[in-house]
Amino acid sequence: MKTETTASAAKAKFLGPRLAGWVALAIVACALPFLVSGYHTFQLTLVLVYSIALLGLNMLTGYNGQISLGHGAFYALGAYTAAILMNSLDVPYWATLPASAAICLVAGFLFGLPALRLEGLYLALATFALGVTMPPLLKYRHFDALTGGSQGIVIIKPDPPFGLPISQDQWLYFFTLVIVVALFALARNLLRGRVGRALVAIRDHPVAAEAMGVNSAMYKSMTFGVSAMYTGIAGALGAIAVQFVAPDSFDIFLSISFLVGSVIGGISSIAGAVFGGAFIVFVPNIANQISKAAPWAIYGVFLIGFMYLMPGGIVAFLHIAAERIKRRMRKSSS
Amino acid sequence: MKLKQIITPAALAIGVVLASAPAFAAKHYGPGVTDSEIKIGQCMPYSGPASAYGEFGKAHEAYFKMINDHGGINGRKVDLISLDDGYSPPKTVEQTRKLVEQDNVLLIFGSLGTPTNSAVHKYLNAKKVPQLFVATGATKWGDPKHFPWTMGWQPSYQQEGRIYAADILKNHPHAKIGVLYQNDDYGKDYLKGLVDGLGAKAKTMIVKEVSYETSEPTIDSQIVALKGSGADVFVNITTPKFAAQAIRQAYDIGWKPVQYLNNVSNSIGAVLKPAGLEKSVGIISSTYYKDAADPQWANDPGMIKFKEWMKKYLPNGDPSDNFNVIGYAQAETMEHVLKACGNDLTRANIMKQAAHIKNLELGLLLPGLKVNTTPTDFFPLGQLQLEKFDGKEWKLIGSVMGK
Amino acid sequence: MSTFLAQVFSGLVTGGVYASLALALVMIYQATHHVNFAQGEMAMFSTYLAWSLIHAGLPYWLAFALTVLISFVGGVVIERVIIRPVENAPVLSVVVVFIGLLVIFNSLAGWIYTYTIKSFPSPFPSQPLSGFEYISPHGIGAICVTLFVLVLLYAFFRFTPLGLAMRAAAQSPASARLVGIRVGWMLALGWGLAAAIGAVAGMMVAPIVYLDPNMMSGVLLYAFAAALLGGIDSPGGAVVGGFIVGVLENLVGAYVIGNDLKLSLALVLIVGVLVVKPAGLFGRTLVTRV
Repeated sequence: MKTETTASAAKAKFLGPRLAGWVALAIVACALPFLVSGYHTFQLTLVLVYSIALLGLNMLTGYNGQISLGHGAFYALGAYTAAILMNSLDVPYWATLPASAAICLVAGFLFGLPALRLEGLYLALATFALGVTMPPLLKYRHFDALTGGSQGIVIIKPDPPFGLPISQDQWLYFFTLVIVVALFALARNLLRGRVGRALVAIRDHPVAAEAMGVNSAMYKSMTFGVSAMYTGIAGALGAIAVQFVAPDSFDIFLSISFLVGSVIGGISSIAGAVFGGAFIVFVPNIANQISKAAPWAIYGVFLIGFMYLMPGGIVAFLHIAAERIKRRMRKSSS
Repeated sequence: MKLKQIITPAALAIGVVLASAPAFAAKHYGPGVTDSEIKIGQCMPYSGPASAYGEFGKAHEAYFKMINDHGGINGRKVDLISLDDGYSPPKTVEQTRKLVEQDNVLLIFGSLGTPTNSAVHKYLNAKKVPQLFVATGATKWGDPKHFPWTMGWQPSYQQEGRIYAADILKNHPHAKIGVLYQNDDYGKDYLKGLVDGLGAKAKTMIVKEVSYETSEPTIDSQIVALKGSGADVFVNITTPKFAAQAIRQAYDIGWKPVQYLNNVSNSIGAVLKPAGLEKSVGIISSTYYKDAADPQWANDPGMIKFKEWMKKYLPNGDPSDNFNVIGYAQAETMEHVLKACGNDLTRANIMKQAAHIKNLELGLLLPGLKVNTTPTDFFPLGQLQLEKFDGKEWKLIGSVMGK
Repeated sequence: MSTFLAQVFSGLVTGGVYASLALALVMIYQATHHVNFAQGEMAMFSTYLAWSLIHAGLPYWLAFALTVLISFVGGVVIERVIIRPVENAPVLSVVVVFIGLLVIFNSLAGWIYTYTIKSFPSPFPSQPLSGFEYISPHGIGAICVTLFVLVLLYAFFRFTPLGLAMRAAAQSPASARLVGIRVGWMLALGWGLAAAIGAVAGMMVAPIVYLDPNMMSGVLLYAFAAALLGGIDSPGGAVVGGFIVGVLENLVGAYVIGNDLKLSLALVLIVGVLVVKPAGLFGRTLVTRV
């Protein structure tokens, strides 16, 4: 009897502050677009978009150990799918998301199959090749009618539905926020359960995992597919937010930014994706303000500095810091 | 009686003058303007694959610094906020929105790049923010009917392509043309102009079209392919680094076609010298400005002023790089528009003044060329002249073409 | 036929460019088991240093030697100061540090030297050899220099005790320490040598492609592909890989699919080879005990 009450009391004590934390976060997230300008709301929407893309990459590289230097290609695929559907077929913006998701899921899976043979550096090269290939493919003159070629495609920003009295920027923010919550919840369920354990097992001890009956090939290809799907959905949302797609926006530097963002946020974590998204949106601007002459040098210094301070990423750093604080509190109370 | 007849109209006249006097001194300010300052903004590729074009932004900044040192425009200092977009359209959208919504600039001046400017084209027109003197030669910027707030500056790429086509048809009617072009909007726009200019003969005259990406280290292979196609006229649509490679490689492998070089890359100092002056003899190009390394302009007052400006305000820049010449001229045009606005610095008046530029002469334009706009013609510069390189300088040939 | 030969030779010259940077990548991999993505930018920066020296009046070979020396020292310093703190961090964190270095060098070069292209002199005669117009003397010279560096590198790793110590330090740092090898300094030495090789690569490449801050960004991708194609632990493989990539890219572009997609097709082919031979053409397949 006593243990049950203490257990449930402990659970309540545990859930209480955590739940409060989530509620506070939700309130802040919903209030922000009304407190800041349209431009900042746009930036926050981009942070959310990139966090979805980075979550996809985290799944693949962080949880499953398959490095990808080419996720920008899936982002581009999702973006162009949305753009072409909206532009040529007048598909409503929200319907482009499932389409992008489906196409990228299949594309990712198909890429993951031959990639099964490749490991480490060689997989890095293969994904690098994918990332580098995307702009020329998008500019290929025989696809011009579909893709708009180098000129790109202009997209019309969606209006809030049901005549809601909010701006387009604010609507897009909330739309993206809902998608983020849904996708993050889905990822959490996947990664905290059997699937997640299988992925980590494949990453850390592939031979042992196989010996234990984990179907490594299927898991690895499926992970590629799901990871591509997440990044593809992000691409579609990004295209709608920016209202423009052009081939050279999706070059190899985008893929590298994704990797950088993932690592800085915390590559084997879900929350890390949001930190990473914030990093790649805001830090270049901060660097620009610090130095007009060589802003990317400052950005590079930031990268190196972050890796010195937080080699496991921001999330890992926060965990360590939280542990230290907890220990100090316990010490002082005992 | 007589006195009354004089006094009443006089009183009326004085009354009218007094009533309208406030309008004369009246100041109408748009966003970003105060009694002492005008804020304007732009996006430039200071990083990324197109970082070579960041030099334009540096030239713009240096020009306005000089203007400010001399008291500004109508007593107001010009504050140019130049942000890096890395030639990435999503970043351009972000930075432009920052300039318009956070920094409250009066107008966007001279942002560079076709995809980057395309990304904010609709936004700026919807927000009624002047998008002036866009630094690309795409044809779409001169469309006042659909985009009344956007204006280009330089002669369009397509126009230049057509001029070369006309010259080929006139002087080399049986030519076999080989084209090297950069695989993006800039290269394809030129190519379109060339093809349009050749008309029905395009299909038979163009024997080989080869493209390249800016990420490629060299284009030697493309030149080899062009030589192998038997072309005897070479239309060279490349940016400076690749133009230098193309000119040198063509010479080194013994291919001596009649070469037309696009005017983005005809700088003696930045392209022909690295390629080799003796290897560039005979190249035909077109221009609307004076080449900074051309000895024939050494004593030209406009050029002297430019060189002094470079020494003082852009000491790290390359004085023979024509990017600085173009940047200077663009900023000078902007200065003219701002000056013409007087104290009415609203966005509407800015566009009005920009659409009514009459016969503006700039120190660095070719003699005889003038900047002209009307409410239906949003191409400030529409004239070009052909020129031929003789190993030392660009010799102007023919007459000024275009409007 | 002559066009075909011309394409092949042109491919060999560009292949030599890729091979020389690939050698630097292999060097640093053999010494540290990391692929330094900043290698290209470091090479470009070294070349700018050489340019400054030449412009200050130094004769070519003196500037060349000084640049190689300065680059070597620079490499050592970078390893000891910047890489050392993250030596034990996860691989991807080290990759981010490399990317940071890449961006810093590129931005600094652009700031100091501007983006206008600069000519870089070649130590080889400029007139084509009589009758053989397919390849310039500089092209031949650059290939010879690459091969010479390759031989030196091979000899160093295979026949000198220092080279052996470096390979040991990279493969098994713990065991190497037990034998008395100062692993930290082996890593630094590896970085220094890679930087020196990169400097040579840059100075051979610049006369062909012209010196500007983005000179090496395109080359890095090809060098990476070449190094992996040949086998990341084989210097000879890297050089062969470089030549193959150069010629393949030219032939694919000229005869198969046109320039638009030649890079994509070339990479697809390389990845195809790697799927069949995952350790590269000349790499050693690692057999790990479970």
